[in-house]
Amino acid sequence: MKERLQQLQQEALEKITQANDLKALNEVRVAYLGKKGPITEVLRGMGALSPEERPVMGALVNEVREAIQTAIEEKQAELEQQEVEKKLAAEAIDVTLPGRPVRRGNHHPLTRVIEEIEDLFIGMGYTIAEGPEVEKDYYNFEALNLPKGHPARDMQDSFYITEEILLRTHTSPVQARTMEKHQGRGPVKIICPGKVYRRDNDDATHSHQFTQIEGLVVDENIRMSDLKGTLREFARKMFGEDRDIRFRPSFFPFTEPSVEVDVSCFNCGGHGCNVCKGTGWIEILGAGMVHPNVLEMAGFDSKKYTGFAFGMGPERIAMLKYGIDDIRHFYQNDVRFLQQFNRV
Amino acid sequence: MFVSYKWLQEYVDLTGVTAKELADRITKSGIEVESVEVLNKGAKGVVIGHVVERDQHPNADKLSKCLVDVGEGEPVQIICGAPNVAKGQKVAVAKVGAVLPGNFKIKRAKLRGEESNGMICSLQELGIEPKLVPKEYADGIFVFPSDAPVGADALELLHLDDEVLELGLTPNRADCLSMIGVAYEVAAILGRSVKLPERGVHENHEDVHHYISVRVDAQEDNPLYAGRIVKNVKIGPSPLWMQARLMAAGIRPHNNVVDITNYILLEYGQPLHAFDYDRLGSKEIVVRRAKAGETMVTLDDVKRTLTDDHLVITNGSEPVALAGVMGGANSEVQNNTKTVFIESAYFTSPIIRQAVKDHGLRSEASTRFEKGIDPARTKEALDRAAALMAEYAGGEVVGGVVEANTWQPKEVTVTITLDRINQVLGTAITKEEVAHILTNLQFAFTEDNQTFTVTVPSRRRDIAIEEDIIEEVARLYGYDNLPATLPVAEATPGKLTAYQAKRRKVRRYLEDAGLFQAITYSLTNEAKATMFALEAAAPIRLALPMSEERSVLRQSLVPHLLEAASYNRARQVENVSLYEIGSVYLTNSESELPNEKERLAGVMTGAWHVHLWQGEKKAVDFYVIKGILDGLFALLGLEKRIEYKQAKREHLHPGRTADILLDSQTIGFVGQLHPVVQKEYDLKETYVFELALADVLNADVEEIRYAAIPRFPSIARDIALVVDEHVVAGDVQKAIVAAGGALLKDVAIFDVYKGDRLPDGKKSIAFALRYYDPERTLTDEEVTVVHEQVIKAVEQQFGATLRG
Ligand SMILES: [Zn+2]
Repeated sequence: MKERLQQLQQEALEKITQANDLKALNEVRVAYLGKKGPITEVLRGMGALSPEERPVMGALVNEVREAIQTAIEEKQAELEQQEVEKKLAAEAIDVTLPGRPVRRGNHHPLTRVIEEIEDLFIGMGYTIAEGPEVEKDYYNFEALNLPKGHPARDMQDSFYITEEILLRTHTSPVQARTMEKHQGRGPVKIICPGKVYRRDNDDATHSHQFTQIEGLVVDENIRMSDLKGTLREFARKMFGEDRDIRFRPSFFPFTEPSVEVDVSCFNCGGHGCNVCKGTGWIEILGAGMVHPNVLEMAGFDSKKYTGFAFGMGPERIAMLKYGIDDIRHFYQNDVRFLQQFNRV
Repeated sequence: MFVSYKWLQEYVDLTGVTAKELADRITKSGIEVESVEVLNKGAKGVVIGHVVERDQHPNADKLSKCLVDVGEGEPVQIICGAPNVAKGQKVAVAKVGAVLPGNFKIKRAKLRGEESNGMICSLQELGIEPKLVPKEYADGIFVFPSDAPVGADALELLHLDDEVLELGLTPNRADCLSMIGVAYEVAAILGRSVKLPERGVHENHEDVHHYISVRVDAQEDNPLYAGRIVKNVKIGPSPLWMQARLMAAGIRPHNNVVDITNYILLEYGQPLHAFDYDRLGSKEIVVRRAKAGETMVTLDDVKRTLTDDHLVITNGSEPVALAGVMGGANSEVQNNTKTVFIESAYFTSPIIRQAVKDHGLRSEASTRFEKGIDPARTKEALDRAAALMAEYAGGEVVGGVVEANTWQPKEVTVTITLDRINQVLGTAITKEEVAHILTNLQFAFTEDNQTFTVTVPSRRRDIAIEEDIIEEVARLYGYDNLPATLPVAEATPGKLTAYQAKRRKVRRYLEDAGLFQAITYSLTNEAKATMFALEAAAPIRLALPMSEERSVLRQSLVPHLLEAASYNRARQVENVSLYEIGSVYLTNSESELPNEKERLAGVMTGAWHVHLWQGEKKAVDFYVIKGILDGLFALLGLEKRIEYKQAKREHLHPGRTADILLDSQTIGFVGQLHPVVQKEYDLKETYVFELALADVLNADVEEIRYAAIPRFPSIARDIALVVDEHVVAGDVQKAIVAAGGALLKDVAIFDVYKGDRLPDGKKSIAFALRYYDPERTLTDEEVTVVHEQVIKAVEQQFGATLRG
């Protein structure tokens, strides 16, 4: 009987090993451990044994059953694992096929430049001031120390609508309006971005419509050195930490002293290249101390208050920064142009 | 202003400073030197030759065979093609081995069988601009004065070894429209002194008043008029050095008298005019406003019709010059002129500007009057001109000056403290440094307890206030020496306004939804100006447009966005989604600024979503663009206050257009482009929208308030309603929401059907309703009660029936 059990165990274990799938394994289970299986039969035959032999044989039967049971469970786990793997293998995809595209537009490059400049100055405590594009001659010229007949009016040929109303030629009227609103009390600290218009024929470097961004600070004890420091800060944040700036004397009717501001070339670092035309410097801004007439006209006491103002052209900055060769690109809205500015 | 480096040396010592270095110094101190031009364009080996013989070339009609002495032994034979070559002339000879501009090497040659050992040159061949060559030599060789030494360097005699600095002058620096003015500037920069020219007039014993008298009837336009008579002049060429200086400054030489007036104009910045005294036709000069309709013929032989906005110089009856702009043909100096009346006057800027504008005449003279001259130099310049005419035109200066002078010189003094200078600049400049700078500028000043009182010389009309002095100090102190600081003031909070912040979010949203930001022109043509306008207004026209295409201010952004779409389509970019934020301009009364309103508009055409290998392709349609707008309104917290109403608008598809209402006010539209317009723009199916952005962004929106997360299950019920085909889904949905009351949490449309399985003229709309009570679990029975009410409401309001 003992031999019979050992033989059954060996037979069962062999069949378990041979089972290739869960169905075959189940058949082995039924065949050996089922109620009609040979082991049950052996148990039935135990009645013929002596009382001393019975517990010994009982233990042996249990041992054999457990061995077979354990083997089946192990085999089952193994087969299940294989089955999952087979299913997953069948589900494999080609990960190199293109994903479902997500449509995304982007800022116009001028907005990109303007927002960058705005944010930079917001960080320095400025607010953004806006004003009308169709402006009174008074705010566009007179309040900026450009009385009628002033020779500098030639410098900016303008689109007039009536004798007193025109398309603004710069964003400076926003400064005049903002100062006026302050009623002679500082501080004023603003950035004025916007569209401006001049009577120019459109070509690669001229546009009858373009954008400007200007800044103004008016307070007690504002010094020209503050202008230099502020613009240096701006140049470094905008064009790179190792940039430097220089002032060249110039003339604007609304500032005195007036300067043109060059930034050391961000392309060559100042050694000279074709971007900076070999000079190492790129002209980026016009600036100066607010003319006392401008302060007085806006209601500020020019003995008590001083201020600085600066202005620049987002088109020029974008052209330099991105290497754009024709100003007309900004206004043609060719999607192949616009979508080039779609990343950080 | 063109400044000859050699000429400038007459007034300032430039030792040790090259033209290039000088240019850099000038630029750094405030006047931009735009270029430094070397006059010699590469000529070498050109000498003065003496034509000793001139014969006709035996084989060529148009050539001359010349024997020319070039100062090297025997005269050489040169074949010359110039029509004006003649025996006895002194000419420029490019010898064999010489080089002319353009790297043209002169070699020994045979011309029609005759040997030629060099070339007799015209000024053009030496690199001088044709427009500067004196008229009589325009088509031939240049003839040098007879005293030009044979064998001398012709290039040097023509001052071609000079360099010219081109100054880009800002309007405030009219003082540098003269060599003397530039000399003062350069002297200040270099810390050197200025040497002024000698006036040196030798007068005869006659009295000028016997020749002429002067009266000014328009004193405001002409505060100072002075004149001199120079008699017995012999008209001829001016000295070569003078001609060379004029050409370097960009002025063509004419004759000695005219050249001298131009020379003084350049030297002093004082325009002069020379009249032929004998042709004046009277013994008096009267300066007055022209009479309306009065005419005169100017030097350029053009008949000018005048108005009383113009100032004329008359002989008492008729004009002999358009004051400060151009002389009259009737009194022009000619080759036989014997007696010259020289005018040196101060005309004020507005009267000259008007004449320049009306007659389109801008000259070296008018430019200076327009920008403002220094009247303190008017008579000095007159004296110098008379002296030069005596010297170089053989004239005799008649004693005395005729003048009409009401000019009141005003002495400008500016008082400024050292403190103020340093306070404005943020510097620590010493009083000695300030004094040094003022001295270099040759400004008279006194200093008392660190307070400077500066007397501004009349040549510097741009200086009148403290800030002007601060600027002078700053630019000569050097901006590179200015420290860089940051404002020391109370901190101000920097931030965007709520409107600006929302507008940025709108941009970002639309871009993330797939639209590119466009920027188009505000100016358009008359037809496009009012197309698609949300509000009707009369178009605003420019007074002086540059073209019809850009003559009127736009009232909608849509037309230019359509143009952009069309532009792209013409370049094979078929899928275009653009938006723009910009102003439109609506007219007010004539004297008021227009209403400028910010709009948001968009255009979409072509494919919306394409994922080819998975077979997905969705074209833009009405619901794509509406979905984007829905998202926008949701972003702004307005979705419940927005309504779309079927609408008809010009240029849009009559069945596929909606007005957009916010709180029942129309704030925009969305729709398909009308096929007719679509064709005009050469587009395919295209959708557009425009919103009154300010209305949308300024709408008050409540702050976000947290609402409890649902804790109880909700109950869903679907209904399919059969309604008349004209019933719109939005109305039915509104009725459902109203009838569902507080328990109806949300309603969604999930199917719309129209077709065979329904009677004609009917459609079915299927709604998914969800009921929910935040306080408890609803029972089926409770929901059924409400749901029945909903069904009853739609039955009553729309005659809807439940679809079986
Ligand atoms: Zn560079």
